[in-house]
Amino acid sequence: MPGPIDESIKQPLEAPSKAAWWLPFRIPAKGSDSDPFTLEGPVPDWCNAGIAVRVIAAVNAAAMLVAAAVSGDILVWAATCQRFALLLEPVLLSSLLLGCLLRRPIKSLPGEAQIGITLLIPPLATYAIESALYTLYLEARSTMLRDMALSALAAAGAMYWAQLRSQSHLPALAEARLSALQARIRPHFLFNSLNAVLGLIRSDPKRAETMLEDLSDLFRVLMRDHHERVSLAQEMAVCRKYLGIERLRLGERLIVHLAIDPRAESAQLPLLLLQPLIENAVLHGIEPSSSVGVIEVRAERRGNTLQILISNPWHGKDKHQGHQIGLANVRQRLELLHDLEATLDTVVRNERYEVHMRLPYIPAAAEVK
Amino acid sequence: MSAPSILIVDDEPFARTRLREILGDIAQDFPHTIVAEASDGRAALEAVNQSRPDIVLLDIQMPEITGIEVAAHIAAMPEGPRVVFVTAFDEFALRAFEVHAMDYLVKPVRAPRLLESLQRVQQGLRAPSGLREVTRTLAPEGRAHLSVHERGRVSLIDLDDVLYLKAELKYVTIRTRDGEHISEESLVALEEEFPERFVRVHRNALVARAAIVGVERVEAGPDDGGEPHWEVRLANIAERLPISRRQWPIVRNIVKP
Repeated sequence: MPGPIDESIKQPLEAPSKAAWWLPFRIPAKGSDSDPFTLEGPVPDWCNAGIAVRVIAAVNAAAMLVAAAVSGDILVWAATCQRFALLLEPVLLSSLLLGCLLRRPIKSLPGEAQIGITLLIPPLATYAIESALYTLYLEARSTMLRDMALSALAAAGAMYWAQLRSQSHLPALAEARLSALQARIRPHFLFNSLNAVLGLIRSDPKRAETMLEDLSDLFRVLMRDHHERVSLAQEMAVCRKYLGIERLRLGERLIVHLAIDPRAESAQLPLLLLQPLIENAVLHGIEPSSSVGVIEVRAERRGNTLQILISNPWHGKDKHQGHQIGLANVRQRLELLHDLEATLDTVVRNERYEVHMRLPYIPAAAEVK
Repeated sequence: MSAPSILIVDDEPFARTRLREILGDIAQDFPHTIVAEASDGRAALEAVNQSRPDIVLLDIQMPEITGIEVAAHIAAMPEGPRVVFVTAFDEFALRAFEVHAMDYLVKPVRAPRLLESLQRVQQGLRAPSGLREVTRTLAPEGRAHLSVHERGRVSLIDLDDVLYLKAELKYVTIRTRDGEHISEESLVALEEEFPERFVRVHRNALVARAAIVGVERVEAGPDDGGEPHWEVRLANIAERLPISRRQWPIVRNIVKP
């Protein structure tokens, strides 16, 4: 058969129109930090978008509460908030930035020193920024010491919260939730595939053999633990087998274009993260139409981000329902594993339904068999 | 009696191969001829119209026009073929087949089971009314299209495009915005199948409820026996249809709820 799965396309991956606004914050760094909350050591990864966003939100909320406590009415409160923000935002952002930039040297220190330095960064930032502000505005320096102490307290609070959070992410709980989200074998797919193989046996026994082997490989993977991690290359091998079987079933109607960046192939993914999305693409993009349809899968590495695009022909709104269930499942798994650092967006563009996924690029430490 | 002719309908090429092969296996016990194969609903209706098979082996899950809709069209034919449904997995459909005593096969299809079904169908042990009932159960909203034969081909008319249906002599005229089509189905059966969609305005006419834009009082004219009456106005066409005195209260309720 002339190239049912075309892998020749190597165009750059277009970013989804709905790019997450916080992503630029994550500063690229080498290393394999799989879970920002369970890094060795007491100090959380301040570069992690999820942590940074929440710290910023929490500190601002606390400041607004304090402002409310000292203000009589809403106008005074607004003015107080504004006055706080003038000092608070530069201190907060520069502390996070410093913590992020210095995390590598900090990590190499013993535990106590790590905590000590982390507690020192915000007061130092406070000192520097407050001094600069006083020079500009020529005000009294009466609150300097108090502000430095408060900033150290905020740093301690953030560290404590990150630790609590990492502990609450009990592996057993997360795994239970993950296995509840396991992709299920569609009986329809099983029986149709077996029927197709039976239709092939007499005319092309060799090909029927291959199909049965692929089918059993696929089912073995489908029955495996889904919280295993595999490399992108391994996940794509599963997807290729799946697509090969669908191709036998649907014949000429299914055309597949794969473009997998070789630099992305070692990326670690949860097992069966992509296969259900590709199955959705076949189910909703190819099966409802008698005409030929193209399924496109692209994966690309951009710095520390893995970008994946899966697209299929779009046949209108009413056939959207099933897509959503599969998507919600993948989205939940991503959320459990990567928190805010992974995104999953869908768009309909040029008569095609596109699923855009971004997740942190984590190179496989060792090949998982 | 000559050997029954069979039409195979499935969108998957190897599923058709499989049926062909096991039909060959049972040819001794059940002599037959395969008159045609079809890979989608439209082609299936065309093949039914052209090859006039006795039996259709009909896959349910097909793109665009599903097997259930094909069956609904067959059920509306005056002398349609017998249908044996084929499905991979659909608990709801299987239950409906059992309830209405329809013959069905599950994939992967086995020769003994196929033989049994064909023999039963051939002996006419299944009531033909079962097909209509089963399609009503599985597609309660009715068909999405009407099939008409034009110049030896089957055309499917989207029901959403139909403005009115009018009985004349032996046929029913289907009026859409773009033109007219002739159908062999009966107006009464269409009225029963689509009560939500069409309303009877006259002994010989059903009008799409969605297409009604208003009614108009017409004074005695030369064509209508000199009786003043009401007419229904329709979207997109200038043509008007007379409302009979008997249907007037019903139509009035639709126009002025």
